[in-house]
Amino acid sequence: METITLTIDGRTITAAPGQSILEVAEANGIRIPTLCHLEGLSDVGACRLCIVEVAGQLVPSCTTQAVDGADIKTQTDTIKVHRRMILELLFAEGNHVCSFCASSGGCELQDLACELEMHSVTVPYSYPRNRIDATHPWFLIDRDRCVLCGRCVRTCAEVEGAHTWGFAERGSSARVITDLAADWGEAESCTSCGKCVEVCPTGAIVLKGASNAEMRKDSDLVARLTERRDHE
Amino acid sequence: MSKVKISTLWFSGCAGCHMSLLDIDEVLIELAGKIELCNSPITDLKVFPEGGVDVTLIEGAVANEEHLHLVKEAREKSKILISFGDCAVTGNVPGLRNGIPTDKLIEDIYGKGTTTNGELPYDVVPHLLDRVRPVHEVVPVEYFLHGCPPPAGVIAKAILALLDGKEPELVGEDLKFG
Repeated sequence: METITLTIDGRTITAAPGQSILEVAEANGIRIPTLCHLEGLSDVGACRLCIVEVAGQLVPSCTTQAVDGADIKTQTDTIKVHRRMILELLFAEGNHVCSFCASSGGCELQDLACELEMHSVTVPYSYPRNRIDATHPWFLIDRDRCVLCGRCVRTCAEVEGAHTWGFAERGSSARVITDLAADWGEAESCTSCGKCVEVCPTGAIVLKGASNAEMRKDSDLVARLTERRDHE
Repeated sequence: MSKVKISTLWFSGCAGCHMSLLDIDEVLIELAGKIELCNSPITDLKVFPEGGVDVTLIEGAVANEEHLHLVKEAREKSKILISFGDCAVTGNVPGLRNGIPTDKLIEDIYGKGTTTNGELPYDVVPHLLDRVRPVHEVVPVEYFLHGCPPPAGVIAKAILALLDGKEPELVGEDLKFG
């Protein structure tokens, strides 16, 4: 088998060609924070939290291939400053108020604030006011808690094959939509499978009726489903 | 050894953080011998002592003109300022009114259908600011205690570290919001 050799944080590591830096790091027990990445889905480098330093450049490790001879650093001061600013901007862009969120205690964004030691958000909060769409009989989406990771979009397309979720608009107006911005309850392509609920890392897409800190996600679901599919 | 002077202020918040402060159990006994609790909702003293204090904990977001005045005074008269709980750190629930014009807010809540007919006693009630702000958006803050409310253990850990002249080590789960 062909192999490549590279260095991560000073450790010499052997990997298979074609693997992403994130895959190689995870396979070797090196923790890189992620948010839009989910085992079983394609990687898009949307959140940029998994940035690493390669030859002085900051690159997303999920969408950058590990190449032979690369010298990769995952925890420099520069990386830490940038990761924390990215996280602060994510918090500032939405209304990520944990105190009354269904996902509190099971939220990847909340956990990242602990992991990346975000003591405060140093930019002003934007306080968006998007309408909550609770038109679906079982699920709802609070877009002010969405981080635009696209895990719902990719799961719906790549795993369920329904293509109900998509992106609309750009910049700070960007949002996820169902069908052509129809209310979720009216979205004919939705199979109501609920996988988007399980993969959403925050309290944006949740089960109706879940009260504060009651929502627990099963984000490994996609990895289990795709693994079984590969073995068919 | 002179006692360490501590003040606590209560801005736009539910008093839950102060409840959590009183929930530090036997640590209260230790603190009683080491600190002097100055102006605070607990002592009901309203003004900072002459010469200021060592530490001020601020619960709640900056939401009205009185808070704005007090937060600046607190900064001037405290060596160390602590944002105490999610409202002070992030704006939290009080911040959700941001984006709604304050006139409409007053009208909707105290206006038609209530006994006040929308006339607020502004001679004794401070005006709302047009935007609720976390404390550190107004004045510099040394430490941030996360949580709604911050767990008693985190509060005790931070205060005891400061009494020892050390930096509070707020890491991992200590930084959990909500």
